[in-house]
Amino acid sequence: MKLLPRLAAPVAALVLAGLTATACAPQTSDTSSGKDEKTGDLRVWLFQEVNNGPKAKVVDRAVAAYEKAHQGSKVDVQYIPVDSRAEKIKAAFNDPSSAPDVIEYGNTDTAGYVRDGGLADISEEFAAWDEAADTDEAARASVTVDGKTYGAPYFVGVRALYYRTDLFEKHSVAVPETLDEVAAAAKKIRKAEPGLYGIAVGGAYTYGAMPFLWAHGGGLAEEKDGVYTSTLADKKSQAGIAAYTDLFGPDNCPAAKCAQMGGNDTVTAFAAGKAGMAIGGDFSHQAMEDGKVKGKYAVVPLPGTEKGEIAPAFAGGNNLGVLKSTERRSLAVDLVKELAGKKAQSELFDAMGFLPTFTDTRAEAAAEEPFVKPFVQTLDAGATFVPASPAWARIDSSLVLPTMFQEIVSGRKDVAAASRDAAKKMDDAFASAG
Amino acid sequence: MTQTLTAPATPPVRKGGGGARPPRSGSRRPGWTPWLYLAPALVVLAGLLVYPVYQLGLISVLEYTQAQVSGGEPTSFQGLGNYRQLFTDPQFWQVLTATVVFAALCVLSTLFVGCAFAVLLTRIRALPRLALLIASLGAWATPAITGSTVWMFLFDADFGPVNRLLGLGDFSWTYGRYSAFALVLLEVVWCSFPFVMVTVYAGIRAVPTEVLEAASLDGASQWRVWRSVLAPMLRPILLVVTIQSVIWDFKIFTQIYVMTDGGGIAGQNLVLNVYAYQQAFASSEYSLGAAIGVVMLLILLAVTLVYLRLMRRQGEEL
Repeated sequence: MKLLPRLAAPVAALVLAGLTATACAPQTSDTSSGKDEKTGDLRVWLFQEVNNGPKAKVVDRAVAAYEKAHQGSKVDVQYIPVDSRAEKIKAAFNDPSSAPDVIEYGNTDTAGYVRDGGLADISEEFAAWDEAADTDEAARASVTVDGKTYGAPYFVGVRALYYRTDLFEKHSVAVPETLDEVAAAAKKIRKAEPGLYGIAVGGAYTYGAMPFLWAHGGGLAEEKDGVYTSTLADKKSQAGIAAYTDLFGPDNCPAAKCAQMGGNDTVTAFAAGKAGMAIGGDFSHQAMEDGKVKGKYAVVPLPGTEKGEIAPAFAGGNNLGVLKSTERRSLAVDLVKELAGKKAQSELFDAMGFLPTFTDTRAEAAAEEPFVKPFVQTLDAGATFVPASPAWARIDSSLVLPTMFQEIVSGRKDVAAASRDAAKKMDDAFASAG
Repeated sequence: MTQTLTAPATPPVRKGGGGARPPRSGSRRPGWTPWLYLAPALVVLAGLLVYPVYQLGLISVLEYTQAQVSGGEPTSFQGLGNYRQLFTDPQFWQVLTATVVFAALCVLSTLFVGCAFAVLLTRIRALPRLALLIASLGAWATPAITGSTVWMFLFDADFGPVNRLLGLGDFSWTYGRYSAFALVLLEVVWCSFPFVMVTVYAGIRAVPTEVLEAASLDGASQWRVWRSVLAPMLRPILLVVTIQSVIWDFKIFTQIYVMTDGGGIAGQNLVLNVYAYQQAFASSEYSLGAAIGVVMLLILLAVTLVYLRLMRRQGEEL
């Protein structure tokens, strides 16, 4: 019996697995082209939305306007799947020859992409752009790293409180005006309807939990002289963490089920009629309309700790950026202005419901579509953004915050210990990101 | 590829061993001739094995993140910095322990179930045998991600038929650490025992029937026949399936990633591969990932070598 031939397969497989990791062999190159040709074609990568038709129409119109103004420059737009965007965009940074000139990217990725050396600094062009003056603060922060601008905000997304009008009426629950009232209302509904969650919350739903921290005056991190320090373990942050994690339990959302849920799970639960309330985004509207709760829900801004306050929400959304490796920088910037300009954003709102990043355009949108009003109110009350540090991508992907919430709701650690540990992990990440 | 690899095991390069070997015909100095024959295989091996492992080792001592790959920052030599970062992380040790224990349990369960079914196959009629074979080959052929997803549905707290059948109400399998590991273990055994079963079954069929007849004439029980006759004769096959299973179960990724949502609540179900993915690849820390890869490679090599050594000491010709 010869062993080696049989052993060879697993050993080869083992090494091949290693090979995939090593495919990117050490090489370092500056990918910026330094050229700025005034003619030639542009390539654009935008995200493929679930229902992409209306978006493509808006983009085609903007592209036509660009091509009309720039004779001899054609635009090739590709829609890339959101799931594999990270790999595709990293690959584009590595290989300038097959990279696009303009990309759409999630706004939490800004600092990471800048550190990777992928995005071009377009501060001057952005400052000189007349429309940019109306860009709202949170959106502006999401394209800014160290005071420089690395793109134009494309749209914003923000979360607010969805609640079931029929259940609230049936059990005579008043629409909550403070976070404490949210918790009380949730428990009342759970008591009256034991099959439902009072408010659907998730241990892995970071952006649903953050407003609780911010409303209590806490936060993720503070910047001082370019160095970030986590503030998770501060008293105020801990109060916010406690307020959120108190919602897990048999009297609202049992930890056994809710500890694992992410944002989509809570939205799905609400849409399926399994919850009295949920924290959902303006972008979740369609899911609700397609679900069992159609016509039986309303949205208000998530309240703060005091009456009349709105809990600061996380300003999600996407930006458009110019790649450092582009050989047609001026043309690419012109295209970005066309694609992310007021006209296109307003059309994009009509087509997809994505909220404009210009305050005036957004006010117009709110006037014609009452549904977005609570979201616009939330944004206008002052939305917040994650730390603009390249470490954020690492903190996000190594699940620091979900781990903290899950440790607390599953009873492994108390708020103080879990928040201290999470703060330490964040500080480690900030330190190694430099 | 596997054919070329038989070369190193041929007698000329072996030293020592039992004295029972027939003397080589015309036994002169071996010289360079064997190496000449080996050269093509060695070149392929060097290209496919040595170079990637060298690269892996190299990256693990550099600072190598996305910023270095795409030219945002220069590459720098870190020495053992990545390893230090890894070994001082208490979570790494916790994950490593969990991985070793979990993989050991998976291997033992897979081998036990596989062997039991292999013996069963030899003792049932053609039709049920065919049915059993088809059923288990179906499980084997199912892609890991599909299998995991189907299992998650079967064991779903709200809609799963298993909970309804067992009367468990809305018990969540993935909430507790051990129940989540148990669930994944069941899935792993389910999709990997057929390989053991088919291999061992083939081995049993190759055992001369006279030997088995003689044993049963001597009044040996079923268990005795397995322990004293079949198992020793099947040892080389068992060796192969064990090593296969060890490597396979140690590197488990898909099942944990899919069934526990990337490592379970607060990372309670993390295994080394998922941990490496999370710590390293999802955040583009390639050098840290390479360090974890090197550690895994060394552990697997050590396990395999120790195992080979043990088998050899027991007098088995490999």
